[in-house]
Amino acid sequence: MVDNQSPEIFGQTPSQTVGPYFHYGLPWKGCADLVGVSEMGARTDLFPAENYKLNVSTAREAVIGDVIEIFGLVTDGAGTPVPDCLIEIWQADAAGIYNTTGDPRWAKSNHDGFPGYGRCATSAEGFYRFRTIMPGRVPSPDGGLQAAHIAISVFGRGMLKRLATRMYFDGGEGNDQDIVLNAVPAERRDTIIARRDEGDSWRMDIVLRGDNETAFFDI
Amino acid sequence: MTRLVGFKHEDAGAPPSYSEGYQSTRLRAPSKPLIRTPTTLTEVTGPTDGWEGLMGGAMADLTTQHAGMPQGQRIIVSGRVLDEDGRPAPNTVMEIWQANAAGRYIHIDDSWDAPHDPNFTGAGRVITDAQGRYRYVTIRPGCYPWGNHYNAWRPGHIHLSLMGPSFASRLVTQMYFPDDPLIEIDPIANAVPMPYRQRMVSRFDIETTEPNYGLGYLFDVVLRGREATPFEDDHDKDHH
Ligand SMILES: [Fe+3]
Repeated sequence: MVDNQSPEIFGQTPSQTVGPYFHYGLPWKGCADLVGVSEMGARTDLFPAENYKLNVSTAREAVIGDVIEIFGLVTDGAGTPVPDCLIEIWQADAAGIYNTTGDPRWAKSNHDGFPGYGRCATSAEGFYRFRTIMPGRVPSPDGGLQAAHIAISVFGRGMLKRLATRMYFDGGEGNDQDIVLNAVPAERRDTIIARRDEGDSWRMDIVLRGDNETAFFDI
Repeated sequence: MTRLVGFKHEDAGAPPSYSEGYQSTRLRAPSKPLIRTPTTLTEVTGPTDGWEGLMGGAMADLTTQHAGMPQGQRIIVSGRVLDEDGRPAPNTVMEIWQANAAGRYIHIDDSWDAPHDPNFTGAGRVITDAQGRYRYVTIRPGCYPWGNHYNAWRPGHIHLSLMGPSFASRLVTQMYFPDDPLIEIDPIANAVPMPYRQRMVSRFDIETTEPNYGLGYLFDVVLRGREATPFEDDHDKDHH
């Protein structure tokens, strides 16, 4: 029987579901807070305190940019809230630069304490919520700039593969010209554009399946 | 203009989002086809540098996190993280979580009546070295029943999460064991078509096994590779 070590089936390791019990293994305390120090994003109510083995968020340098909250309700194909999803985000800093040496502009940039990456386990009511900053615009392969956006991954029980999408912002400069947003059929673009809720809070619900299904990407 | 090289798309071993035998996919898999989007800097970058400050350092021994030794068969799991062109992925984070030897998770929602183990949490994290190698010590997880269908049991498995070099290469998977009869009747493993399902089955290895200590298993994780050519010249025809 062939197995993982067999050259004849060498190739991409297949994706499997994150399952319902990832809460003590993946979301560290503060993983949904890209700006300050808090416990946002973890669900420590779901396992005994002595089994908390992950990091706690640590104080970091002040973050430059406009602090925003992004949040939304995750629902399934029956419209039922999903309390066991894991949402991940990846975004540029306020200057539009990613916090990685993989960004060719990184070496010449001024780094603050902004990680650009976060996780959030959905609440018992099915909401995700991050505290972050409004991302700057990053270069587009067409030579211009992409509209401000946040890359999103959705994992969950009953989901064999990560679902990738983006969050754009209602009224965002360059939304009309953005090559990724424009790859989405016009009638579905609203599903990935966050609306201003209260103050600096932006809401984008995630619908896994159904009529108003979120536009998910083959990246 | 910055020349960027994109990542290859999923290969023939990828499961579908919707899989008839895995009941929970019926309400959670998208009903519409995924939208092919152009590759940009967003997809080819990822948190490759700052993760340690966020998650913390390595926790490569899951058997020494409490006062005593956990129950069960101690095992050593070792291997490499590569891309599909065989290039090693160094400094890559692999997060690990699993059930205990009796098949019970410490999670509050796990209501199966197998016993908890006060000496086992089941969470760990390893970082690959310059050659993409990793190694961790744990106990072999037990099998557990689940509600998918009558008499449904998950094969023993270790949940794995890998950051990889970019947003595009993000992977969550499960590692299975070679002598487990439940794999063949498990809807989650079998959402992956044969023979590719076997990519998730580790191999027992006497060289990795350590005398008077633990059994060794080999498991390589293969991430999506880079496109051969810069995408910007042809991305327009690519995604229509
Ligand atoms: Fe599991």
